[in-house]
Amino acid sequence: MSIRIDHISKSYGKVNALDDISIQVHQGELFGLIGPDGAGKTTLFRILTTLLLPDQGSASVAGYDIIADFKAIRKQVGYMPGRFSLYQDLTVEENLRFFATIFGTTIAENYDLIRDIYVQIEPFKNRRAGKLSGGMKQKLALSCALIHKPKVLFLDEPTTGVDPVSRKEFWEMLKRLQDKGITILVSTPYMDEAALCDRIALIQDGRILEIDTPKAIVEHYPKPIFDVGAHNTYLLIEKLNAYAHKHSVFPFGEYIHYTDQRDGFDPLELRAYLKKEGLQNIHIERTKATIEDTFMELAKQ
Amino acid sequence: MRVILYIINKEFRQIFRNKGMLPIIFILPLLQLVILSNAATYEINNISFGYVDNDRTHTSRALIDKFRASTFFDVSQVFPHPKESDLAMLQGEVDVVLTIPEHFERDLWKDKNIDLGVTINAIDGAAAGVENVYITQIIKTFNKNLAVDMVQLSNNTVQPVLIEGIPLFWYNKTLNYKTFMVPGILVLLVTMITLFLSGMNIVREKEIGTLEQINVTPIKKHHFIIGKLFPFWVIGMGLLTIGLVLAKLIFAVPMLGSLTLMYFYTSIYILVILGMGLFISNFTDTQQQAMFIAWFFVVIFILMSGLFTPIESMPKWAQFLTELNPIKYFVEIMRMVMLKGSGLTDILPQLLKTTLYAVIMNTMAVWSYKKIS
Repeated sequence: MSIRIDHISKSYGKVNALDDISIQVHQGELFGLIGPDGAGKTTLFRILTTLLLPDQGSASVAGYDIIADFKAIRKQVGYMPGRFSLYQDLTVEENLRFFATIFGTTIAENYDLIRDIYVQIEPFKNRRAGKLSGGMKQKLALSCALIHKPKVLFLDEPTTGVDPVSRKEFWEMLKRLQDKGITILVSTPYMDEAALCDRIALIQDGRILEIDTPKAIVEHYPKPIFDVGAHNTYLLIEKLNAYAHKHSVFPFGEYIHYTDQRDGFDPLELRAYLKKEGLQNIHIERTKATIEDTFMELAKQ
Repeated sequence: MRVILYIINKEFRQIFRNKGMLPIIFILPLLQLVILSNAATYEINNISFGYVDNDRTHTSRALIDKFRASTFFDVSQVFPHPKESDLAMLQGEVDVVLTIPEHFERDLWKDKNIDLGVTINAIDGAAAGVENVYITQIIKTFNKNLAVDMVQLSNNTVQPVLIEGIPLFWYNKTLNYKTFMVPGILVLLVTMITLFLSGMNIVREKEIGTLEQINVTPIKKHHFIIGKLFPFWVIGMGLLTIGLVLAKLIFAVPMLGSLTLMYFYTSIYILVILGMGLFISNFTDTQQQAMFIAWFFVVIFILMSGLFTPIESMPKWAQFLTELNPIKYFVEIMRMVMLKGSGLTDILPQLLKTTLYAVIMNTMAVWSYKKIS
């Protein structure tokens, strides 16, 4: 077990940031913490990286207790905080060398691990970090977090504020790191990234809603779900919400995801209702639940 | 050791890449030294002097001429009547008005006591005091010469016995104001720059978020702190050197004592200031907060350091408080070593206190620096 979180609670004054959280992450797993802003993801990261003490509960990282063996943990983990923490006035290479030095290692020693990532920014190694694009900064931050060959990697919202192409590349890099046996705990507010994790924990208001593989979480979705579209989306949402039998209505891309309270739901009945309410070009089709649907469903309860 | 060296290396790179900061570190302090040392003087010159001469005799004119001859007074206004002189004083045209009474000359010869009216604008009490001393001196000299004249004229066989004190001003023979001020202002520069820079430095890492990343690394607390603060220690020593060179070249301030001793003391003194800076850093979240707190302390320290106002004239409780003021010790030592040539044994009390201060301050700073939030 690479990360074991056992009934951790943490509150800031009256606000419960984490409420009795328990998670177990296996060796070499890519584990996702999925939740909106303010769910408590960063607090959990700060506890696991020994920056913050929990009020209750215990946890261990790479076999070391976060309180008793915090010094050992600091040698074993890489941490990339939400904001890329680099020295803007140092060059790419100087930043990397700085982090290598304070971890008591050199770039050459662990170059293997970061090669894939670093080669992409190496042409700019004499450029100041402040002058890099968002995606390049992110790669440099990841290189810095990896330079000491950590066993466990903590990435707090690494793709927030990064363009879609860089995001995709970044997840490919994570997969390759995982192949090298590094356990990765990553948090993200993007539900589409959740599907790329081995397992995910849905978290909201400091509580775990569910922990499972993305596939299983989607399959757990209790009701048939329908894409509903019409010429006027705003009116459509309004009318769907007014419908007597609706269970949930969420906008999702170009369609509205709709579920019904009844077991024997007939789409034709809904179509007739919407037509009567003056909507045109009505489109109703059965679809598969996504992680976002599951999250919304769980968050409702 | 390698870690410390690399952090020092990194800090220096960052300092020298900060194009806005470099001139502030090196040029502004020296400008301050040159400007402050010339401008912040206790001497009062160009006092605008007016008089009302009700006597209009040879003797009264001789008295006025004495004032005219003085470099301190600018004799510009003659008032026919005290009413006009009062008005001029109210409008700020004159600072000092001398009123010579009627029959001044006649009464003098008759050996009568005469009262001269002196009115001084005392809005600035300190300046008024100094002006009063100048006026008294001129009148005294005039009176003495006059007495000798009268004795000669009356052909008296009895010679007047005059007892006179001849002051010798040790350590600053010519009472050169700059000799006194330059060492003190040098202290200010070294203190201000090192305190501000060290105070803002670690907070800056907090602000940009790198501190959080560093705290997760296995780096040792004292490695990090030494690496962060050492560059500012070097800058402080560098500033002292440049300041001393300027003091010698521009102000020709005497340097009687040993330079080694001055550097030795300064090297300990800067540790006190760096400890303070780190302490401030630990309790603030932004550079702005750190700057305000640093300013607060610097202003109190400067005003209570004996640099501009003598500590001896402060109330007892304030004198007691100055014991906690590191700038006070530094000012004392710089003046003692530079002007008096004091040796190690002379400055030992201050040296020991400063060392103790450095130990306490740095212990507190290191203790309050936490690698967790």
